[in-house]
Amino acid sequence: MARQQISFTLNGEPVELLVEPRQLLIHALRDVLALTGSHIGCETTHCGACTVDLNGESVKSCTVLAVQADGADVLTVEGLAANGELHPVQEGFMQEHGLQCGFCTPGMMMRAYRFLQENPDPSDAEIRAGLSGNLCRCTGYQNIVKAVRYAADKLREHQTA
Amino acid sequence: MIPGQFQYHAPTSLDEALGLLAQYGDEAKVLAGGHSLLPMMKLRFAEPGHLIDINKIAQLSGIEERDATLRIGALTRENELIASRLLWDKCPLIPETAQLIADPQVRNRGTIGGDIVHGDPGNDHPAVMMALDASLVLRGPDGERTVPANGFYMGTYYTQMEPEEILTEIHVPVPPPHTGHAYCKLKRKTGDFATAAAAVLLTLDGDKCARVSITLTNVGPTPLKAEAAEQVLQGQKIDEALIGRAAAEAMAICEPAEDLRGDSEYKTHMAGEMTRRAIRQALERAGRS
Repeated sequence: MARQQISFTLNGEPVELLVEPRQLLIHALRDVLALTGSHIGCETTHCGACTVDLNGESVKSCTVLAVQADGADVLTVEGLAANGELHPVQEGFMQEHGLQCGFCTPGMMMRAYRFLQENPDPSDAEIRAGLSGNLCRCTGYQNIVKAVRYAADKLREHQTA
Repeated sequence: MIPGQFQYHAPTSLDEALGLLAQYGDEAKVLAGGHSLLPMMKLRFAEPGHLIDINKIAQLSGIEERDATLRIGALTRENELIASRLLWDKCPLIPETAQLIADPQVRNRGTIGGDIVHGDPGNDHPAVMMALDASLVLRGPDGERTVPANGFYMGTYYTQMEPEEILTEIHVPVPPPHTGHAYCKLKRKTGDFATAAAAVLLTLDGDKCARVSITLTNVGPTPLKAEAAEQVLQGQKIDEALIGRAAAEAMAICEPAEDLRGDSEYKTHMAGEMTRRAIRQALERAGRS
C-alpha cells in the first residue's frame, strides 16, 4: 500500500515522515520518530498511557491514525519541560510521589497538562473525573491527585506572579 | 495491534465523500471519531479496503435550533455536546448522556453520529434518540432521506442505513414544557458500556402523564422501545405501584446476551431497576419544570 508523506509540528518542531495509512500515531511517535516517552499500554483505548495532545486536545494515540495528524500540532511528554526546567505538572509528580512503577506517568502527565488548562482550579473530584481515562495499575491514584493539585497551585501562582 | 492494509481518503466535502462511497461500495468504511471502527480494525473484525475519513468535512459539525427542532451535525463530538449551552437549555438529556460515555480523551474524538449508526447495542445515543423521537438525515447517491430513530435498528450492527449513505444530521424535536428526562446507566467502571440502561422522557399534564417514552440500552440485539411499559403510565397519575408495573413490562422485553457484565437474569433485573430509577427521576423533574 502506498506510503503517504505527512508533516506536523511535534513539540514545537516541524517533522516530516512517510507512513503507511494504517500506522497508528503512537507507532509513528515511538518507532519512526524515536520518542518513546508515550507508552503503549492496553492498545484498546482504555488505559490512557499513550495520551498525547493533538491540536490542543487530549487523545489516545493508539486510536488515531498517523495520517490524521497531518498538519496538526502534537505535544508529547518529551515536550513538557522547557529551557531545562520541569513543567509544574512534572514537578508535581516528583514532589508528591505521583508514580510508582512509572508506566502510566507520561499519559497521566499529558492528560493533567491539558486538564489544567480546561479547569485551572479543580476540586479533587474534578481531578479524578478529568483523569478518569487514565489507569494506574499500581493504583497510586491518591498521590496522582495530589500531584495534579500541586501543579494547579503552581500554575496559578505563575499566572498571578 | 495494527489494522490491516487499506487505502486512505480524506475528502473535504460531503459530495466528494459520497462519490468515494459510491465508487468503493461495501469495500469502504466511513471513519468519523474512529473509537469504534479503529479498535475493530485493530482486532481485524473489520478489514475495509478503503477508509473514508470525514473529519475534514466542516459542514457535518455543529448544533443549532430551527423551528423547535435541534439540528445536530453527525460529526459533533461528545465533548461538544457536553459543552453546548443550547443543548443544556433545550434538551439536557443529550449532554447528560454524553457525560456517561467513555472518558475525556475518547469524548474528544467520538461523535454522536458514529455512536448512532454503528449499530452496537451497547452505544448510548440510540436509545436516547428513540426516546426523543429523533430523526436521522441520511444522504446517499440518490439524495437525502429522513428516517425516524425508532425503527432504524434492525439487528446488531444492522441498521436501515445503506452502505453508500452517510448520516449528516440528527433532528431532535425540542421537548415541550413540563417534560422531565433521565438516562440511568449501570456500568462497572468509567469507559464501560452499560450493563443495562434506561432512557425516559415524560411530559405531565397537571398530575397526569400526558406522554412518556421508555427505551433500553444493551439488553437486546438492538436498543429497545418498551411500549408496554409506556402504556402502563400513559394518561395515569404515576405512583410507585405503576412504576413497578412499568418496570416489569420493560424487563419482559429484555433478551440480553450473557457476557462478563453478567448473565441474562442479572442484566434483565438491572434493566428493571434502571427503568424504575429513570421514571422516578423524570417524573420528579417534570414536576419541577
